Amino acid sequence: MSNIADNRLAVELCGLKLDNPVIPASGTFGFGAEHAQYYDINILGSFVFKGTTEQPRFGNPTPRIAECYSGMLNSVGLQNPGIDAVISEELPHIAKLYKKPVIANVGGFSVGEYVRCCEKLDACEQVGIIEVNVSCPNVHEGGMAFGTSREAVAEVTRAVRQVTKKPIFIKLSPNVTDIVCLAKACGDEGADGISLINTLLGMRIDLARRKPILANKMGGFSGPAVLPVAVRMVYQVYEAVSIPIMGMGGVSCARDVIEFMMAGAQAVQVGAENLRDPLACKRIIEELPAVMDELRIERLEDIIGAAHQ
Amino acid sequence: MLSDTARSKKDVTFTIVSNRLIAKNVYELSLEGDTSSFTAPGQFCNIALQGFYLRRPISVCSYGENSLTLIYKTVGQGTKYLAGLGSGEQLSILTGLGNGFDVSRCGEKTLVVGGGVGVPPMYGLAQALKAAGRQVHALLGWNTADEVFYAEKFAELGVPVTVCTADGSVGVKGFVTDALGELDYDCVCACGPEPMLRALYNATECDGQYSFEERMACGFGACMGCTCATKYGSKRICRDGPVLFRDEIVF
Repeated sequence: MSNIADNRLAVELCGLKLDNPVIPASGTFGFGAEHAQYYDINILGSFVFKGTTEQPRFGNPTPRIAECYSGMLNSVGLQNPGIDAVISEELPHIAKLYKKPVIANVGGFSVGEYVRCCEKLDACEQVGIIEVNVSCPNVHEGGMAFGTSREAVAEVTRAVRQVTKKPIFIKLSPNVTDIVCLAKACGDEGADGISLINTLLGMRIDLARRKPILANKMGGFSGPAVLPVAVRMVYQVYEAVSIPIMGMGGVSCARDVIEFMMAGAQAVQVGAENLRDPLACKRIIEELPAVMDELRIERLEDIIGAAHQ
Repeated sequence: MLSDTARSKKDVTFTIVSNRLIAKNVYELSLEGDTSSFTAPGQFCNIALQGFYLRRPISVCSYGENSLTLIYKTVGQGTKYLAGLGSGEQLSILTGLGNGFDVSRCGEKTLVVGGGVGVPPMYGLAQALKAAGRQVHALLGWNTADEVFYAEKFAELGVPVTVCTADGSVGVKGFVTDALGELDYDCVCACGPEPMLRALYNATECDGQYSFEERMACGFGACMGCTCATKYGSKRICRDGPVLFRDEIVF
């Protein structure tokens, strides 16, 4: 399937054999169609499609984007057509563009909503993994509220576990004091993996208008500036749980992928970089073999958690 | 129409031919490179600038087989950096973004209306309308005389031009809507600040196409940063726009 049939890059993720660990992150890749105009997206290990809620959502008012030094803020607010339209319209579109299993990302405002979305996705053959987003910083209720309380994370995990046999990754927020405690709760309640990290809550102010740039005032900070925070959290969580981690946060090149894997990530998501460079994931996948040679890495799987030894 | 699956979009390296001041804080950037992704006037491109995280979306003024002309105003740090670049330097540019104006849906007598840095894409549209044998009148508005640019370029196309300035320092005193009365047209195409678009929309009844602006990240439809509401559901300014038809616009 892959143009780059180099098994040095292959990794396994909850039974899924990925050609490489490079996975576009939710919200930075739509449903694949836009990036497919730039390259054949079948080279990707997988991709996470746009976060989906039970009901269609318009999202937040604009401006939703603000530039930062080495990153950006977004306050899109989970704009999506709703789970039924995603399953009936977007998944068939994706099937034409991408022949491997995809990762669904589910957002919610109540435990019941998470459960109903996961129940519906359980029946979709294309979906290889469900990533449960308990960490969206851009919605006023629900979203991040679930991801910052141990009890709420445990409750969501327990509930979705009961309605699907597909691997479940819980995507956690970095806006917490103790990430390890939350990750452990996910593991204890039967999650198959942890996705780390969602965006950091931030704000920028328009000096001329003397007002926050974003209409929603605050937004999620992503981009290379957040990488050290993300690597630290992956490292901490790797020490504390035995389930796999998908690492993400500021990845922009092959070296960043390797850094996350050394910290303990089994696969690595690429987020904001897809927005400034539509060819980012292709470039990263193509860069990997040479960087591996330079670092004397034979197979990527060999370095997962290497920084802990 | 290219399908979603067609590999139709590119990140192209362009070389700067010239980058010159043509009005107060306004620069004309002439570039050389592959323009094959452009399909219509009113599209835009997204320029990567060293040291700035996001690209800068700039509307296309005109393009040829291997040439691209952009006009931009220095409004922030990124465009000020761009203004400092000179001939021979290279830029990574995403080309062929947005829908652009639909010439086939313009009238026989199209009024092209530009306000400030909304003028450049109207030049490309005027070129395309003239090439299609349609009648065109250009109505161009600025705040003051030292901001005026390209009025003579429209005239060189054989397009009659009405210039307005808010302070009356050149042309008709007032906004573009103050000059509508004496003009004969059956279609309005416009690009400019949203208050101008709204005023024009309210002052006219004929069919029209309006080009909008919004803060965006990717520029090619992936991030949902620039969504707006229309009568037919939400649209992305960068990909489903920037040009909206009159009958779908919600102000």
